[in-house]
Amino acid sequence: MPEPRSVGLVSAQKAVFETPITLTSGVTLPRYELVYETYGTLNADHSNAILICHALSGHHHVAGRYSEDDKNAGWWDNMIGPGKPIDTERFFVIGVNNLGGCHGSTGPSSIDPATGKPYGSTFPLVLVRDWVETQARLADQLGIRQFAAIVGGSLGGMQALRWTITHPDRVRHALVIAAAPKLTAQNIAFNDVARQAILTDPDFHGGDYYQHDTVPRRGLRLARMLGHITYLSDDGMGEKFGRMLRSGEYKYGFDVEFEIESYLRYQGDKFSDYFDANTYLLMTKALDYFDPARHYGGDLVKALAEVQARFLVVSFNSDWRFSPARSREIVKALLDARKHVSYAEIDSKHGHDAFLMEDPPYHAIMRAYLDNIAQEIAA
Amino acid sequence: MTAPLRSDLRHIADWITPASSVLDLGCGDGSLLAWLAANKQCRGYGVEIDVDSVTACVARGVDVIQSDMEAGLSTFEDNAFDFVVLSLTIQAMHNVEGILQEMLRVGRTGIVTFPNFGYWENRWQLLLGRMPVSETIPYEWYNTPNIHLCTVYDFERLLKKLGMWPTGQVVLHLGEKVDFLPNLLGSLALVRFERA
Repeated sequence: MPEPRSVGLVSAQKAVFETPITLTSGVTLPRYELVYETYGTLNADHSNAILICHALSGHHHVAGRYSEDDKNAGWWDNMIGPGKPIDTERFFVIGVNNLGGCHGSTGPSSIDPATGKPYGSTFPLVLVRDWVETQARLADQLGIRQFAAIVGGSLGGMQALRWTITHPDRVRHALVIAAAPKLTAQNIAFNDVARQAILTDPDFHGGDYYQHDTVPRRGLRLARMLGHITYLSDDGMGEKFGRMLRSGEYKYGFDVEFEIESYLRYQGDKFSDYFDANTYLLMTKALDYFDPARHYGGDLVKALAEVQARFLVVSFNSDWRFSPARSREIVKALLDARKHVSYAEIDSKHGHDAFLMEDPPYHAIMRAYLDNIAQEIAA
Repeated sequence: MTAPLRSDLRHIADWITPASSVLDLGCGDGSLLAWLAANKQCRGYGVEIDVDSVTACVARGVDVIQSDMEAGLSTFEDNAFDFVVLSLTIQAMHNVEGILQEMLRVGRTGIVTFPNFGYWENRWQLLLGRMPVSETIPYEWYNTPNIHLCTVYDFERLLKKLGMWPTGQVVLHLGEKVDFLPNLLGSLALVRFERA
């Protein structure tokens, strides 16, 4: 029984790039692969493509399911599909796993053709601008000169923003959700605690744990637990878990007693089963390094000078990881640079995670904005 | 193509020069900005606190910033706009002097519209011992959002106090211009002003 308004069954594809890429760090990868999925149909003049950029732990499986009995749909299935805000009946939607990822694109857990072993500690750090470059090469392969829109939440929003600066003529619209123009000291501090949890795990083996037939599970689990706290709001967490006890009484020990402990441990365990620790390290560093104004004397307005894209910037009032104030920095820079921008600050108790939720006002504004894009390109 | 404008917005639009930049504070569904973009090649932004209005603007393709004007206009730089419009909102704002000063900080010309409390029907109802309820002030005293009602004269005096100067004034009733005894016979005032 097919679900209504779902893209249905999907499968991933792989793009191989034999042209070497020199990354911002100076390291050159002779070849690499990116896995991606597409939904909808590319129109005749290739003008209806939308690129979805993923966040820290995301990937290319954005919508639909892999099989009839697949329990989980893609991570943004509530946003993307026939009749959904990102309407696959009008747009050709692309989800891609970023370089350095652990879902099929070349990353630290991939085999290095030079050694026949996983890259591990030798895989280079990748910056947001490097992702944009690889995504642009994927677009070239797919015959897409200009995206109707590039959309992303959190770290994905940063990629959308970077796109508009690096390739002004290749993006018509950027939808930057729950993002920031750069990380604060506090953001970096949280990331570093997460990294330290992984780096100091005895099973990490300097990043070459693959050869030791182990994974730094404890570290990755702690990193995810910490991350998860920053994704939720105090109110949201209080409402969901409060001080609820699993057994109804104090046990006077260190086992799981409060429901929130149980929840975080569950999330941590689940994550450490499938996510690669080196990728986690790499992704958090990409976040830390992101600062498109850096080469413009710290002036984001100057960085945006050549931007042609129109923007929709969205934040959520209970998000304290990338608070509305951070989105307003992006908006102010766009206003000062006299660019087209609309900004919405959505009332939600879901914290940073709100960008993945189905809050009606949030989806309403996304739908309104995307409807206009569809009309503009006459899709 | 854009729908015809509400009469008060049409009078505002008459004051706005073609191809100018406009900031519309409390822009509602964005109809003024959409009309100005389509008919006068103006560009600009709306400011709205209400998320449904923000969505309505986005649906029209009007650039809009969701923000609480009571907190000032710090998102906007000095002299960023030719015109700054505040229509039918000032009477519900806490910091009236603050917003007027902010308007002429970010823009050259301000345009404010407000219900004229000096309209004869309001005066008459007060004379009968009741708080006025009329077409432009359609609330009871206990549920009104309007906390700073004023007359056409009052507003002019405030502008002068703030070192501002009215450069145009239109008073309307039921969409029609009132030239005779406007402060008595007009229910809706539009004032254009600049730094003195």
